[in-house]
Amino acid sequence: MTPRTLFEKIWSRHRIFEREDGQALLYVDLHLLQDGSAPAFAMLRARGLPVHAPQRTFGTPDHYIPTGTRDLASIADPEKRAMADALAADTRSAGITFFGLSDPRQGIVHIVGPEQGLSQPGMLIVCGDSHTSTHGALGALAFGIGTTEVAHVLATQTIWQRKPRTLRIAVEGALGRGVSAKDVILAIIANIGAAGATGHVIEYAGSAIRAMSMEGRLTICNMSIEAGARAGMISPDDTTYEYLAGRPHAPRGEAWDASLQRWRALRSDPGATFDRELVLNAHDIAPMVTWGTSPEDALPIDGRVPDPALARDAEQRESMTRALDYMALTPGTPLADIAVDRVFIGSCTNSRVEDLRAAAAIAAGRKVAPGVEAWVVPGSGLVKAQAEREGLDRIFAAAGFQWRHAGCSMCLGTNGDQVPPGQRCASTSNRNFVGRQGPGARTHLMSPAMAAAAAVTGRFTDVRTLLPQ
Amino acid sequence: MERFERLTSVAVPIAQPNVDTDQIIPSRYLQKPRGVDFGPLLFRDLRFRADGSETDFILNRPPYRDARIVIAERNFGCGSSREQAVWALFDYGIRAVIAPSFGDIFRGNSLKNGLLPVVLPETAVMQLIDGAQAGPGATLTIDLASQVVVAPDGVRHAFDIDPFPKRCLLEGLDELAYTLTLHDRIAEFERQYTG
Repeated sequence: MTPRTLFEKIWSRHRIFEREDGQALLYVDLHLLQDGSAPAFAMLRARGLPVHAPQRTFGTPDHYIPTGTRDLASIADPEKRAMADALAADTRSAGITFFGLSDPRQGIVHIVGPEQGLSQPGMLIVCGDSHTSTHGALGALAFGIGTTEVAHVLATQTIWQRKPRTLRIAVEGALGRGVSAKDVILAIIANIGAAGATGHVIEYAGSAIRAMSMEGRLTICNMSIEAGARAGMISPDDTTYEYLAGRPHAPRGEAWDASLQRWRALRSDPGATFDRELVLNAHDIAPMVTWGTSPEDALPIDGRVPDPALARDAEQRESMTRALDYMALTPGTPLADIAVDRVFIGSCTNSRVEDLRAAAAIAAGRKVAPGVEAWVVPGSGLVKAQAEREGLDRIFAAAGFQWRHAGCSMCLGTNGDQVPPGQRCASTSNRNFVGRQGPGARTHLMSPAMAAAAAVTGRFTDVRTLLPQ
Repeated sequence: MERFERLTSVAVPIAQPNVDTDQIIPSRYLQKPRGVDFGPLLFRDLRFRADGSETDFILNRPPYRDARIVIAERNFGCGSSREQAVWALFDYGIRAVIAPSFGDIFRGNSLKNGLLPVVLPETAVMQLIDGAQAGPGATLTIDLASQVVVAPDGVRHAFDIDPFPKRCLLEGLDELAYTLTLHDRIAEFERQYTG
């Protein structure tokens, strides 16, 4: 039999049929909902359609909810409060499982899916949020969709897709000390560009990926969309199965054994061909920081703000000049000389317990620099509880970080958690777009350990200099 | 969905790569229900200052303010899946965006809302941008049936589009209505599907 990729195996298993024009109707195993879903339910109601498969649908609010309190009534904007309320009401009337603010399982939907064992190898997973690519870390095909598509999935449990191309990115070798999954994905995006994987599904492979924890793999797959990819995925292995075993929605007993047998057959076959392939040397990757307004604008921490005069063409020169103007940076400045006003440790990219441990290891015994406001926003109520059992909250509090409730928070500020205009934020989130964290906010993306290092030194700092010897 | 057949209009060049959906509509407006006019929110922070006064962003300048076509550089609509980005363009009056590449989710959302995404080679797009900057007021024509963009100088650029979304746009068809007619095939798949 022809060797097949993980992607090909999942695609063919979910294909209900394919039209002559190449569009395939695919079956959706798992549909995740967040509190931006109200317009999709409104579309459904306008047509008088029921939810087709509520048992394959799960909801938890993350975008509009406060992280300073658990009280929805504290949301001042009635339209925003209505978004959070609507998810509770819409899931209740459709019989969809819902983790609300009083439930410790609530959290950022892309943290909750894997944490609950809802996201599993071989599944086709969609959600009305671009960072749905996160769930591909478990060996699933997972991608973000728009509101009209959310309504389509609610009504039919299916989605139309044209088959994407495949891109294999192998990261080979061992990562250096202080270098994390976030640095790897920033290095990949800097290498291929923000449109480098448009129209493709990325499969991450190689010894550095195989050696990575599930948390790290989730971080990698999460930012696939920032390289333009439709999805990112990693062939499941023992790390995947150990992570899933015993989680609330993972199969148990005989069903677990049967699932395991099926999952073991999912990985890309030796000799399977991809439309494109790229190999990176893990040893070459340093802690990364972004300087501009696209995730592709990432450099190693020992680098300098680039000079538009050295751009390859006029288009790039204009684009760099525009970014540096917005970011208020001078060409040639060492990245390690740039001071920060804010630090945000959180988001679906980096708010799992491993991320908080890495940040706490740097914060321990140190103080947030004078004038810097630093936040830690755990990805879910369960991450928060676990971190508190480990005493991480006390380490952060002693250092002067704010310890908050779970939500998307300052990644995009829809709930009002914003970076004030003109302020510079070291952020573990996924997008440094103009105004992403608030109008006029200046975002620099980095790993949790690097963000903690920026918090305690007040400037971008090579975290390797702060690690215990 | 509104039909798209043929459109002749001034085109506004947005000569930047990676125009993300956070630029097209900032996240602080996403909670608004679909019933509101999203047009005033299009490129909100590029078009307006904090006090509500207009900037000199190209879409505020005549004749571009009446444009119904956007020409942009690579990766237009990258980032967030927010369909409100398409609603903002559509409500403003934009019916087509021409670019060398699009964010995948934005492109899908466009096709479901009567907004035509046209992919042309980078060199052709750059010529169109240069033309729109040099000769403001000149009009482009996009003919979907024959899949061609006609530049002001008469140069014709052919483009590709999948047959089904093309038909949906030409006839104003709705994808969900079509999928619902396939109910029996979906039910049959579900009967045999083992998870």
